[in-house]
Amino acid sequence: MLEIKQIHKAFGSLEVLKGVDLNVEKGDVVAVLGPSGSGKTTLLRCINFLETADSGRMIFDGEQFDLGHMSKKDIARLRKKTAFVFQSYNLFRNKTALQNVTEGLIVARRTPKTEAMEIGRRMLDKVGLSDRYDYYPNQLSGGQQQRVAIARALATNPEIIFFDEPTSALDPELIGEVLGVMQQLAREGMTMLVVTHEISFARDVSNKVVFMEHGVVVEAESSKDFFEHPRQPRSREFIQNVLNRAQGA
Amino acid sequence: MSERLAQILLDSFSKILIPGLTVTIPLTVIAFSCALVIAVFTAMVQVANVRGLKQLARFYIWVFRGTPVLVQLFVVFFGLPKLGVLIDPFPCAVLVFSINEGAYCAETMRAALESVPRGQMEAGYCVGMSYFQIMRRIVLPQAFRTAFPPLSNSLIALVKDTSLAATITVSEMFMATQRIVARTYEPLALYIELALIYLLFCTVLTRLQAVVEKKLNAYGVY
Repeated sequence: MLEIKQIHKAFGSLEVLKGVDLNVEKGDVVAVLGPSGSGKTTLLRCINFLETADSGRMIFDGEQFDLGHMSKKDIARLRKKTAFVFQSYNLFRNKTALQNVTEGLIVARRTPKTEAMEIGRRMLDKVGLSDRYDYYPNQLSGGQQQRVAIARALATNPEIIFFDEPTSALDPELIGEVLGVMQQLAREGMTMLVVTHEISFARDVSNKVVFMEHGVVVEAESSKDFFEHPRQPRSREFIQNVLNRAQGA
Repeated sequence: MSERLAQILLDSFSKILIPGLTVTIPLTVIAFSCALVIAVFTAMVQVANVRGLKQLARFYIWVFRGTPVLVQLFVVFFGLPKLGVLIDPFPCAVLVFSINEGAYCAETMRAALESVPRGQMEAGYCVGMSYFQIMRRIVLPQAFRTAFPPLSNSLIALVKDTSLAATITVSEMFMATQRIVARTYEPLALYIELALIYLLFCTVLTRLQAVVEKKLNAYGVY
């Protein structure tokens, strides 16, 4: 469904992505793992055009795109099929939880207001926030804000949702509620591409793992194979380190 | 206080207040409204980094913040007729105060726009909104809330600065008072009376500011 080929991106002289390939099938939950600075977040941002890739190709729903030369029209069209969940939630702070969810429907997709409100309520119910429709972001906890952000992403009925370290800004106590929602989405067959540090999510929820370092993909495997029989020494080392840390904590 | 002085102050009160209501306040309101439009536009071209317009905006702010408004009034009112541009006193004052105040408010607006976390812009794009939709519905409302206290400051300053319009023959409150002083020779009492009327105007504005701020705070501090 989504295929990325040879994506390159440099910030000045710093090469962040050095020809990354990626393949996501419908219903996949792909976890992108890797140490800080490996280019995972940049990869995600390039795929949704928050950064402009220097070069690379993308195939989305059978349509080919040149990532280095995207027209504004194509970007707008593709964005309507995707959704993005940010590390820092990025809720609209002058809008209530419900308005955050309906904004994209009413403004960008011209959904009638009553219909949008109904979808909005349904999405907030789904992420367990039926009692927070009219709360403003600053009246919500981090975990609740992130769940509103997920509801906002779901509302537009995307074909794929990109998650950029969705739990990294959260208190350890609040991580569970967000991962729980993501797990539920995975069970319902939502296609997701998740940049994460949550090793348990990668192991238990995702079906594929892409392990990146220094701007290249070190290993891309089914998640079972990646954790049980990692092929690259670097992958083994990474898994070992993360697991040790998890046990120590 | 002598009976005569009391009578003068009483008679002059309406004679000062009326030009206040018919000249000072309209001048302030019209000029400040225009200034806000100028400010939003000038700030937005800078934040959006529109080439050419951004440099023009910087130049405009540099010139009008860097020269006295009194001098600007004189250049336009007494200077421009030399070039065949003749403007009546009141519109001339509106013009100069709008442009001058616009330069200050533009900087307030720019700071406020820049204070809105950039991530919301990206979130807006990701739900399919256009730049202008995000600006109008998400960024500007938040920027206005941040800008409101400093903009109120500018408005209050402008109420008082309009007294300078007297120098280009606009018959506002200050000029009205000068005329009464010339007739009655009671500068101390009359100018204090004038000061109190300005204070009254500004008190009303301060109260209004408090009320509006409370409203804006409905969605909390952020």
